[in-house]
Amino acid sequence: MASGEFEGQGGIMNALTADLGLSPAYSARIDQTSASGGAGIYAAWQSIRSGASELTLLVGGEKMTHRSTAEATDVIASITHPAEYKHGITLPSFAGLTARLYLDRYGVSRERLAEVAVKNHRHGLANGRAQFRTAVTVEKVLESPIVADPLRLYDFCPITDGSAALLFTSRERAEELRPDEHVVVSGIGGASDTHVVHERADPTWMDAVADSSNEAFDRAGLGPEAVDVAELHDMFTILEFLQMEAVGFAERGRAPERVRAGETTVGGELPINPSGGLKSKGHPLGASGVAQAVELYEQLTGRAGDRQVEPAEAGLACSVGGFGNCATTTLLEAPR
Amino acid sequence: MTDAPVFAAVRCPNGHLSYPEHPVCPECGEPPDGTVDLSEHTAEVITWTRTTATPPGVREPNELAIVEFEIDGETVRALGQTTDAVEIGTTVEPVYADQLREPGAGIKPATGPQEYDGWRFEPV
Repeated sequence: MASGEFEGQGGIMNALTADLGLSPAYSARIDQTSASGGAGIYAAWQSIRSGASELTLLVGGEKMTHRSTAEATDVIASITHPAEYKHGITLPSFAGLTARLYLDRYGVSRERLAEVAVKNHRHGLANGRAQFRTAVTVEKVLESPIVADPLRLYDFCPITDGSAALLFTSRERAEELRPDEHVVVSGIGGASDTHVVHERADPTWMDAVADSSNEAFDRAGLGPEAVDVAELHDMFTILEFLQMEAVGFAERGRAPERVRAGETTVGGELPINPSGGLKSKGHPLGASGVAQAVELYEQLTGRAGDRQVEPAEAGLACSVGGFGNCATTTLLEAPR
Repeated sequence: MTDAPVFAAVRCPNGHLSYPEHPVCPECGEPPDGTVDLSEHTAEVITWTRTTATPPGVREPNELAIVEFEIDGETVRALGQTTDAVEIGTTVEPVYADQLREPGAGIKPATGPQEYDGWRFEPV
């Protein structure tokens, strides 16, 4: 996102190119707030598909923990419309507003949201790179302090330092260079929703996620039922439900049932966030969308160790900016 | 003397209301050609939250609601702070506040395009 905004350092792409000794390679910073990682995948994919580049390195990163929680929250809140910002809105507040409406509309109990946190913390136990490697219980989530009623501390991702990287090239070149160590971007799509959150006809529906996913599925010639494993942008527990529904993994209002039945846990029918998700792995803004695809790469190449999903032929990553303001969906497949 | 503050939503030639104002109507793309003062109307709470983790210069806790106005058969929503506790379905009216958060305490400067006054919602 915010590459630079947390540190007061501009021109970060130039600094990185120089540090890596890659000059005179062309470099650019891709900004799409917290969906910058997904947008970076889109830009890297375009650079290869267009023929403009033979080899493109995508690096996502963010340094956040030197700022207080209040300051970091305000940096992130500055992406909102001025008419929202002046009321002291934060991204967690949007999550509280949306969660209340979702629970009320669909008659879902508060415990169902806690089950998302429990699952993603459980997955994080098997990820050596996760920020939190601690199990939590529904009781612990429900006893944690209220942050944005009805959401509590454990409904939110942490503030994180982190980075992730991917190397893109043509399929032919990948088969030459790394025949058993690559995956294929079979579909990708990006979309935007309103800037002002209250202008959306249904605040519990993520249009940008639905539109970007439909585009990615169309490109790949696949549907949601073909996906074996998914990484969703669970910045807040409620967002995992909303994305499951917008991607097509569940009917509206029915995502909580799949989570509760264990279908989205590793070992279930459709594991979601086997990495631990943003919730447990952490959410260094610009890195998160890249790290989602790194997790899918490890899953699709059989390198995920104790969190390996079986079978893992097709994976979906959804990278979300703002409170659903923009989204990129990427479909990765094991080479056939 | 300054004029009494106005809680301005805009209306486009096709009758759609929007708040805040955009150069073109989000629904049909026409530039707006009229305004409606929402402070003369009541609204219904669609959803609300009470947040304890507030940014620098913002009251703590901060109670926020998304409310919906219905004016001549058209609806328009707004986000804002509330003066008191509300529930889904509570009827509220806008009340003016000259400072919703402390100018300059957060990442945005005290002077510039960001405004700091506006309208809270008070249960009727």
